[in-house]
Amino acid sequence: MSTSALVADAVSSFKANGRIVIVGASLAGLRAAEALRDEGFAGKLTLIGDEKREPYDRPPLSKQVLKGWVPADHTMLPRSREIDAEWHLGIAATGLDRKTKNVRLANGDLIPYDRLLIATGVRSRPWFNKEEAKLKGLFTIRTSDDAEALQKALAAKPKRVLIIGAGFIGSEMASVCRELKLEVTVAERADAPLIGALGGVIGKIAAEMQRDHGVDLRTGVSVEKLEGDAARHVRRAKLSDGTTLDVDVVVASLGSLRNVEWLEGAGLATGFWGVGCDAGCRAFDINGVVTDSIFVAGDIARAPHVLYEYQFMSAEHWDNAVIGARVAAHNMVSLEPDRRPHLLVPQFWSGQFGVNIKGTGVQSFGDEVVITQGSVKERRFAAAYGKRGRIVGAVTFNHGKWLEYYTALIEKSAPFPPPSPGYDVPTDTKPVPAEFPDVRAPTELPTVVLTGHDPTDRGAAFAPARRR
Amino acid sequence: MADMTPEAAWAAAMAYKNRPNPYPFFDELRKTPVVHVGGGLYVVTGYRELLALAHDPRISSDTRRLKARRDGVEGNVSEYGEHGTMINSDPPEHDRMRRQAMRHFGPPDSPYVIADMEPLIQKLCNDSLDKIKASGKRRFDVVDDYGYPVPVAVICKLLGVPMEDEPKFHVWVHDFMAGIMDVGPDMNTEEGKARHERGVTSAEAFANYTAGLIQGYLKKPTDCMFSKLVNEDGPDGPMSVREANINANLLLIAGHDSTVNTISNCVMCMLRTPGCLELLKSRPDLIPGAIEEALRMQASVQFFPSRSATHDIEIGGTVIPKGSPVHLMYGAANRDPLRFPNPNTFDPARQDNQHFGWGSGIHTCFGGPLARLEVNIAFETFLRRVENPRLVCDPPPYRQSNVFRGPEHLLIDVDGIRN
Repeated sequence: MSTSALVADAVSSFKANGRIVIVGASLAGLRAAEALRDEGFAGKLTLIGDEKREPYDRPPLSKQVLKGWVPADHTMLPRSREIDAEWHLGIAATGLDRKTKNVRLANGDLIPYDRLLIATGVRSRPWFNKEEAKLKGLFTIRTSDDAEALQKALAAKPKRVLIIGAGFIGSEMASVCRELKLEVTVAERADAPLIGALGGVIGKIAAEMQRDHGVDLRTGVSVEKLEGDAARHVRRAKLSDGTTLDVDVVVASLGSLRNVEWLEGAGLATGFWGVGCDAGCRAFDINGVVTDSIFVAGDIARAPHVLYEYQFMSAEHWDNAVIGARVAAHNMVSLEPDRRPHLLVPQFWSGQFGVNIKGTGVQSFGDEVVITQGSVKERRFAAAYGKRGRIVGAVTFNHGKWLEYYTALIEKSAPFPPPSPGYDVPTDTKPVPAEFPDVRAPTELPTVVLTGHDPTDRGAAFAPARRR
Repeated sequence: MADMTPEAAWAAAMAYKNRPNPYPFFDELRKTPVVHVGGGLYVVTGYRELLALAHDPRISSDTRRLKARRDGVEGNVSEYGEHGTMINSDPPEHDRMRRQAMRHFGPPDSPYVIADMEPLIQKLCNDSLDKIKASGKRRFDVVDDYGYPVPVAVICKLLGVPMEDEPKFHVWVHDFMAGIMDVGPDMNTEEGKARHERGVTSAEAFANYTAGLIQGYLKKPTDCMFSKLVNEDGPDGPMSVREANINANLLLIAGHDSTVNTISNCVMCMLRTPGCLELLKSRPDLIPGAIEEALRMQASVQFFPSRSATHDIEIGGTVIPKGSPVHLMYGAANRDPLRFPNPNTFDPARQDNQHFGWGSGIHTCFGGPLARLEVNIAFETFLRRVENPRLVCDPPPYRQSNVFRGPEHLLIDVDGIRN
C-alpha cells in the first residue's frame, strides 16, 4: 500500500470507528458535534457539559429574557441535524489524562477518546469578596439559571439596581432595567462604559446613551463593600466615591474567567487567557508544541491571528464559537493537506438603549479611531479603528448594514483612515487616539519555567501562581 | 460568443428578444466582473464585487446625481425619481424614510402586521384556485389567474388602496414597467419610444392617483399604512406629504409587482426541473429553500438602475470613474460560478444560498418579509392543490421590462384542482 493510500485508509477508518469526546455542551460543542456528523464521522461521539440543560443560546439571556419576553428555559439552540451522541449533562469534566487518553468526570467515570475537543468556554467572574458573594440579591449572569433568577428579582420591582461593571453585559442589563422602569446605578472602574472593547472615544458616546436614558452612571468608581440585612439580603453598597447606595439587587458583571481548571496537570498550554492552539484549532502543549489529538473551539480557544501580527487572540463572540467549531470538527477528521484554518474576522452585536451596536475586526488592536459615516449625535454612525495606517476594526451604532464594507476593508488590511463616503459624511472625519486603557496587568497568572537539562527532557512546567 | 465585446454582450443581455434567457450574455460580461459597457455605464456581474459595492458608501442610489450629469448617460431611469424615494436616495434621508415607513410594517413597532396577513393570503390563494376549479378549465395562466390576484389584494389591504381601483392602476403599472423600466436597446426603436411616452403619461397619472389617496388619508385617517405614514408621530415624525406621495407610489408598485414574478418563477423553475414537483410534494420542508433558489436563478428584480459612483472606485481590476452610473446585476451575480457551484442548476436543497434576489445592503427589499410569506403560502398551496401541472410552452412570453423581469403569462395544463 502506498503512503497516501495508508493515510486515506486511516482517515476513513477513524471516521467509521473513532471515538470523539467534546467537553463543553454549549454553542461551540453542539455545533462541532453537528459538523462532525456532517463531515461523515460515524464513530462514537460523546458530549460532556456541566449544566443540566440541553445546549441553549446565551445572547438573549441579558436581553429578551431579563425583559421578561422569553422564559429563561426557552432559548434552546435550534438543532441543524441529529447527532446521535452520548450525552453527559450536569456532570463536569474534572480532569484530562493525555497518556491514557481519558477525560475524567466529576462522578469518577473515565471517558476514553481518540480525539478530544475542548469547548468549556468561560464563566462569569464572581464577586471578589467571598463572604459578600453569598448575599441574596447579588447576581452574576452567564447561565440560564442565572438569568431566570435575575429576571425574577427584576420583576419584583426592586427600588434600585446596582450594576458593577459596564462592559457589554453590564450595559445591556442597565438598558433592560431602564426599559423595566427601574432605577439603576452603574459603577464602572474605568472612565467609560465599553472602554475595554471599544476605547474611550466610543465609550463616551456609550456613557451619554446611558445617562440620556436615566442611568446613574458612575465612572472611575469601584464598589468597595456590599452590606446585607439580617436576612443576609444585600441592602447597601459602599462606593469609592464616598457614597453609600441603598440597593435591592446587585449584578456583578465583571467579565469572565476561562474554564481551564479541569485541565490542570494535563500539560497543555492553558492559562488566564484560555487554551493556546494553532489557527487550525489544534491545542498546544505546555511546551508550545502542537498536539495531534486535542482541539479547541469557542471562548476558550486562543490562537494566533494572521491579520493581527500573529498575536494570540481569543474572541468571546457567538460567531467565533460557531465557525471555530466547524473548523475544529473538520480538522478533527482530516489530515494535512485537507485541514483548514479558522481565520475569522471576529464580529459581535449588542442591543442597548434602543441602539443596535455591531462590531467587526479587533477594535482594541487599533490605536486610532475615526467616525466614518453618519451622525454621532443621532446615534447612527460607523467608526473605523486603525493601527499604523491600516484598518483593524470597526463598530457601528444603528448602522449595521454597513458592517460588510468594513469587514472587507479589514480583510484586505486596507489603508486607514478609509476613504470618505459619498454621502452622510460625519461632521468630524479626523482620526483621533482611540483611548484604550492600558492593558490591565494580568493577575494570578501562573509562571511558566523551563526545566530539564538534556535536550531530550527539556520542557516547560507551571510554577504555582503568585498573587501580585 | 467568444469574441463579443462588453458593449455587444450588454446590449444582447438587455434586448427583449433575449428576455427569456439573458444569462449566457451575463456569463460573457462576467469575464470582467466589473466592466464598462459603453456610454459611461459600468455593470457588475461578479458576486464578490457586487457584494462589496452594495455595501460601499461611495456608491450612491440618488438618481438626482445622474440627472446632474450633462452628458446624458444612456440606460438609467430618468423619469423615475424626480424626487428621492427611499429606493433612490442616500442616507440620511433614505434611512429616515425607511424608518418612518418600517414603523408601520415590521418589528419592533409593528411586529404583527405581516404575520396577521396570513389568513387573508391563504384565503386569496384558495379563492383563486376555487375559481379555476369552478370554471372546469384544465389550462390556466399562473400569472393572471393566480400569481397576480394574491399580492395585489394583499398590498391594497395593507396600504389602504381601494381594490376597485385595481383595473385603473394595473394599466398604469403595466405602462410604467414597459415604458420606463426597460433600459435596453429596445427603448430606442419607434415602438420603444411610443412605450416610453405611454410610460411617462401613465407614471404621471399613477403619481397623481397615489397623491390623491394620501390627501384623502390626511383628511380622514384610518388604520392603513398610507394613513399612518402621514398621520402618526414617531421618533422621526410623520412623513412629509411630498415624501409620502412618492413613497406611497413606490410601495404600491414594489409591493406586488415583483411578488407576482417570484410566484411565476417558482412554478416555472420547478416545472422545468425533472423530478422537482414530486420532490417538493413529498418534502414540503424544502419549499422555503426552493423559493430562495428560484430567486437566485430568476431574480425578479434583475437590477435597479439608480446607482452611481461618488468617487473613483477600484474593484475587480477595474476603476469606476467618479460619477459613472453602476448597475449591480443581481440576476447575473446569482449565477457566478465562483460563488455558486453548478449555478445554472435549480437545486431546491441548495445550501449556503446567499443570493441577491432581495438585493443587498441598505436598500435590501423593504417588503421581503411580506413577499416571503405570500410566496410561501402561494407556492405551498399550489403544490398541494394543483394536480399534475405541466408547462404549456417554454420559454413563456416575457414582460417588456428587463429590470422587473418575469413571464407575462405562464400557461400550464393541469389534471384538476384538489379541494
